[in-house]
Amino acid sequence: MTLIVPLIAILLIGVFQLVSGIARPTVEAMTIGYVDELGGFQQYTNQGNITLVRFDTPDDATDALVNGDISEYFVIPPDYISAGVINRYTLEKQLAASPATTAAINNFLTSNLLAGKVPEATVARIEAPLNLVSTRLTETGAVAPEQGGYGNFIIPFVFGILLALSIIFSSTYLLQGLGEEKENRLIEILLSSVSARQLLTGKVLGIGAAGLAQVAVWAISAPLLLNLASSSIGGFISTIQLPANFIVLAVVYFILGYLLFAVISASVGAVSSGSREGQQLVGIFTLPLLIPLWFTSLIMLLPDNPIWVFFAIFPLSAPVEVIIRLGVSAIPAWQLVASIAVLVLSIIGTMLLTTRIFRTYLLMYGKRPGIGEVLRNLRSG
Amino acid sequence: MQAVEVSHIVKSFVDKVVVNDLSFSVAQGEIFGLIGPNGAGKTTTIRMMMDIIKPDSGDVTVLGDKLSEATKNKLGYLPEERGLYRKLRVLDSIIYLASLKGLDRHSAEEKANQLLSQTGMLPHKEKKIEELSRGMGQIIQFIVSVIHDPELVVLDEPFAGLDPVNTDLLKGMLFGLRNQGKALILSTHQMNEIEELCDRILMINHGRSVLYGNLAEIKSKYRSNSVLLEFEGELGEVPGVTEKRTHKGYLELVLDGNTTPQQVLERLVSRGIVINRFEVATPPLNEIFLRVVGKAHE
Repeated sequence: MTLIVPLIAILLIGVFQLVSGIARPTVEAMTIGYVDELGGFQQYTNQGNITLVRFDTPDDATDALVNGDISEYFVIPPDYISAGVINRYTLEKQLAASPATTAAINNFLTSNLLAGKVPEATVARIEAPLNLVSTRLTETGAVAPEQGGYGNFIIPFVFGILLALSIIFSSTYLLQGLGEEKENRLIEILLSSVSARQLLTGKVLGIGAAGLAQVAVWAISAPLLLNLASSSIGGFISTIQLPANFIVLAVVYFILGYLLFAVISASVGAVSSGSREGQQLVGIFTLPLLIPLWFTSLIMLLPDNPIWVFFAIFPLSAPVEVIIRLGVSAIPAWQLVASIAVLVLSIIGTMLLTTRIFRTYLLMYGKRPGIGEVLRNLRSG
Repeated sequence: MQAVEVSHIVKSFVDKVVVNDLSFSVAQGEIFGLIGPNGAGKTTTIRMMMDIIKPDSGDVTVLGDKLSEATKNKLGYLPEERGLYRKLRVLDSIIYLASLKGLDRHSAEEKANQLLSQTGMLPHKEKKIEELSRGMGQIIQFIVSVIHDPELVVLDEPFAGLDPVNTDLLKGMLFGLRNQGKALILSTHQMNEIEELCDRILMINHGRSVLYGNLAEIKSKYRSNSVLLEFEGELGEVPGVTEKRTHKGYLELVLDGNTTPQQVLERLVSRGIVINRFEVATPPLNEIFLRVVGKAHE
């Protein structure tokens, strides 16, 4: 798995280059008809690859459409100026007119409406009034070293995915190991040699070290892969930037997130009868970890929604959520403090519970106990 | 000093008392038998002695020390249901589990080689565990349970699945350990093995002690006031004998309450009967087991 992830990335870059080589979007010349019932729409009939052809009546246009001379036509009604409605006729079944067609009709209308009234340059500006270039300033008014934007987002996003993956892989290893030891009863010999707490600590630290080594391999291969990918992505690479405090927070959240999930996996492993059953159970807990990844585009669009505050503080989703939000916007200090505090408290709480569950259930084989029974045992034990 | 002293241990799981006020001790250089029907609480008792689970109350001491992290290296355990890391090599498995008992790698390897050669397993030391037969795996687990020179070794059904050659080999090694002054606890349903190996026994049922002490004394306590007889000639009526039971090759004479075996022997000799065998009948442990457990079930 450690090496497979970078290999898959190389493969994806290759596939991307191959596909983008073959399937460059071909721009086809197109003819669109129109009927001008208002009058005054004669000029600007060449809009890039789209040519507009005038018809006198809708019936003529329909005939041309049926004969295949034009691909569609539209009618400018006499009340267009007051109502703004354009009727479009086409043979295709589609959700909406293509962006290219819409832009062509749009520009054709604007240009004709403004023709002779304003200079040509103004017409062009009206058609494309905005090319937004943002610069972030610090409180003193200087240009901020960290500019935000997509260049700022890419590393947190990739790291968020790796974080979720390595946490899930590591907990799976832990579960498999425990499951095997439970299935072949080695657990009895282990527990007669070391205490339940030592066994738990050893497993969590050992597999944690393996998980860290894996992340290290990914982290080292990431710049190489980015280099390789730069031929496809181009100048975007130069805008890639690390958000402030990213390294520190990434390390903190990796370790805390891993610890929480490792301890949860350990108790699930202790309770379940074998490694397969354990993996199904632990899936319930890894789901919240993945939620921020599913909603990445929503986080990008609405970074200040209160729901993200909840996910940043809820311990199961916090590690990935905070890392991804770091790339999108600034996170208030109180949220970071609350998030880390809740995470640490959950780890301590789960650790205490797990040591108890470990002692009780590691030696019970066969049927998995219900949640009610586990809780009863925790109270009485 | 006793090697193991178990005093008044109690353990319950979810309101069910599994071990109830159990006390016994095992001396150094003794093979001690722990017997009882299924579900009597043997495994729970063993796990408490092996410091795998803690008793709710009561104490277990090994060589005078209460069980703790420090005493774990003095314990050796061969659990009833066995398994090792299937993908690991024999030697690596032994060294790893020995290292958990505090042995360093060098002495673990040295001791492992010595025990492997003693059990004839040396040619298999580079094999993976999954390549071994069940009996071979069991020998490896026995090696794991004694490699760190423990003071107390608990063996749960150690002979199950072993062929007669390996059974004999294991018995020899158990006697060897006993002669070194180790305390061995043997838990098995094979009563003949208990009779062959153990000096003293503890029998538990429903988590309580039902028989405890010297095996010979227990057997004499349960003897059924009868004698076993092989003879030549005509026996006829013998005074004091209430019943004659014919077994294969011998006769069992049940005596009345006032007659001793010595008096019967004198009467037989005075009649000039040739006696090939005269034995005060003690019931086999198996029968005692059935009687005690059966009584509890009534």
